[in-house]
Amino acid sequence: MLNQKLFLSKKIFNKNVDMEATREGWGKALLNLGEKDPNVFVLCADLTDSTKCNYFKDKFLQRFIECGIAEQNMMAVASGLALSGKIPFVSNYAVFSPGINWSQVRVNVCQNGANVKIGGAHAGISVGPDGMSHQALEDMAIMRCLPGMVVLAPCDSLETYKATVAASQHKGPVYLRFAREKTPVMTSQKTPFKIGQAEIFKEGKDVSIIACGPLIYEALAAANELKKQGIDAEVINNHTIKPMDAKTICKSVGKTGVVVTVEEHQVMGGMGSAVCEVLAKNCPVPVEMLGTQDTFGESGQPDELLEKYGMKAKHIIAAVKKAMRRK
Amino acid sequence: MTCLTDRQIQKLYKISCQIRQDIIKMLLAAGSGHSAGSLGMADVFTALYFGGVLKHNPKRPEWPERDRLLLSNGHICPVLYATLARAGYFPVAKLKTLRKLGSCLQGHPHRKCVPGVENSSGPVAHCAGMAVGMAIAAKADNKKYQVYCLVGDGEQDEGMTWEAAAMAGKYKLDNLTFIMDRNNIQIDGYTENVMPKEPLKTKYEVFGWQVIEIDGHNIRQVIEACEEAKAIYQKPVMIIANTIPGKGVDFMEYEFKWHGNPPNQEQAEKALRQLRSLGGRIMPESE
Repeated sequence: MLNQKLFLSKKIFNKNVDMEATREGWGKALLNLGEKDPNVFVLCADLTDSTKCNYFKDKFLQRFIECGIAEQNMMAVASGLALSGKIPFVSNYAVFSPGINWSQVRVNVCQNGANVKIGGAHAGISVGPDGMSHQALEDMAIMRCLPGMVVLAPCDSLETYKATVAASQHKGPVYLRFAREKTPVMTSQKTPFKIGQAEIFKEGKDVSIIACGPLIYEALAAANELKKQGIDAEVINNHTIKPMDAKTICKSVGKTGVVVTVEEHQVMGGMGSAVCEVLAKNCPVPVEMLGTQDTFGESGQPDELLEKYGMKAKHIIAAVKKAMRRK
Repeated sequence: MTCLTDRQIQKLYKISCQIRQDIIKMLLAAGSGHSAGSLGMADVFTALYFGGVLKHNPKRPEWPERDRLLLSNGHICPVLYATLARAGYFPVAKLKTLRKLGSCLQGHPHRKCVPGVENSSGPVAHCAGMAVGMAIAAKADNKKYQVYCLVGDGEQDEGMTWEAAAMAGKYKLDNLTFIMDRNNIQIDGYTENVMPKEPLKTKYEVFGWQVIEIDGHNIRQVIEACEEAKAIYQKPVMIIANTIPGKGVDFMEYEFKWHGNPPNQEQAEKALRQLRSLGGRIMPESE
C-alpha cells in the first residue's frame, strides 16, 4: 500500500516509530551547511535554542548574528548580507518572522531579489500551551502571495533537513516552516525530496488526501482505517506549497475525482487554498478542507488542540466521506 | 584628506545646480513625485559622486570593491537618478522616463534595473538594517569598501531605525556611514509637530555612534565630514546634514506641502529660471 519507491520508514506504523521534532532537521542541516559553505550565516532574534540554531552558533559563532528581539531589523540585515554574496538563514518563530517582519520580507528580500532563507519555527496549532498568540496559522498565506517566494512545509525531521539543504541550493528566497513537538519520522534517508515535487506516500483510487507537515501521519492513519471500510485513499505529501506540483495533483484527482486537504494552518489562504487554485484552473472537483476554520487557537496540549480543531485521523475520515458524497 | 580648491568647489555647485534642473524637468514630465527632498539633497549627492567621496566607477557599476550607497528614503530617487545620469551611469535622456510605464526609473528605486542603484526601497527605514548587513558582510570578508546609507529625518519615527542603530553600535561598524537629510519636514507637516525627534545627536550617541552635524548645502563640509567618518575607529557614523527642503527654488523652500508634489508647467518654468540664474551660485551661508 505505501509507495515502495519512496523508501518510507519501515517502522512507520509501529508503536516504536522514531519521534523527532521537525525543528531538529532545520538545526542539524544548518550545522552541516555551515561546515560546507563559509558563506552561510544564521540570524536569530533571541530564540537560539528553541529554533535549534544553537548547533550552528556553537561551532560558527563568527557567522551567527544575534539580533536581539528585533525581527524587522533581523530580516533587513539578512537582505544586506545576501546582497553581499552571503547565504543568510533567518531562524525564528513563525509568528514573529514573517509575522512581524513581513514588509521587510516583501521589500528587502523579495523586491531586492535577496537570496534569504527564512525558517518559521513553532508553526501550527501544535505549539500548544503558549496559546493563540504563539500559534502560527497564517504564515503560509502571507508568504505564498509574495512573488518569487518558495514555500515549504516538510513532514518530518529528516525531510526538514533535506528541505533546508535544498533551500540553500535554490537561488532566491525560501520560506520553510517547522514545528516544536516531536512527531513521527515517516521518511528515511533514502526518501527523495525535491522542491516543487509532491510525493504520493500511499497510492489509492477513491479520494486524494493532500496534506503537508507532520499531519501527513494523521492522513496515513486515516487511509489505513478507510481501507478497512473499503475506501482506497491516495495520500499526497504536498510539502511544496509554492511552486505547487500541479501535475501530480491533477493526475491524482483525475483518478479519484475528489479531494480532502489537511494542514495546520488557516484554511483561508494556506495549502488547501493553493490546491483549490490548481484544481479550479485545471480539474475542478469537490474539496473538503481541514485546518483552522477562520479561528485562532488556544492553550492546551498539542493533541488536545488537534482534536478540538479537527485535524486528527477521525476528522479526515469524516471529511473523506463527506467529500465522496459530493462526487 | 581631499583638499579641493575654491574653483573645484565652484564647479561642484554648477553640477548640483544642473542636477536640480534635471529634477524639476523629471518631476514635471512625470506629473508626480517628491520635489522638496530631491532638491534638498542635490548638494550632498554632488559631493558624494563628484567630490571624490565615493569609490565608484560608472563604467563598472558592479565593481566588487566599490563603496555601497543605499538610499533609504527612496522617494527622493529623482536626485539619485539625476546624479547617476550626470555621473555617466546611463544616458541623461533617460531621465524624462521617470515613473513612466516600462521605464527602469521607477517611482521608488528598483535595484535590478538601474545601473548604480544598489537597493530597492520605498517603505522608509527598511534600508538601515540592510546597510548594517552589508557592513557586517564587508567586515567578514575583510573588504575595504565603505557602506553609505542615506536616510530621511521623518523615518526616525520608525522603530526599525533604532533596531538597526543598536546593532550597528553593537558590532562597532566603522565601515558604515549614515547621512541624514535633516530638512525638518515630512508629509503631514514639520517633523517636530508630527512626532518629536530631537535630540537626534544624543540619541545616536547613546546607541554607540559618532555624530557629525553639518550644513548639507556646504559641499566642502559634506566632503570633509565623510572623510572624517572614514577615519573614525570602531563606531558607525551619523552625519546629520541640515538641509532646506526645496533648496534653490524659493517658493518650495521650507514648505512641507512640496514633500510629495511635483511642479506644474508654470511652476517648473519659474523654478528653472531661478536655478539657471543662480548659475552655480547656490553657496550656503556657511561657505
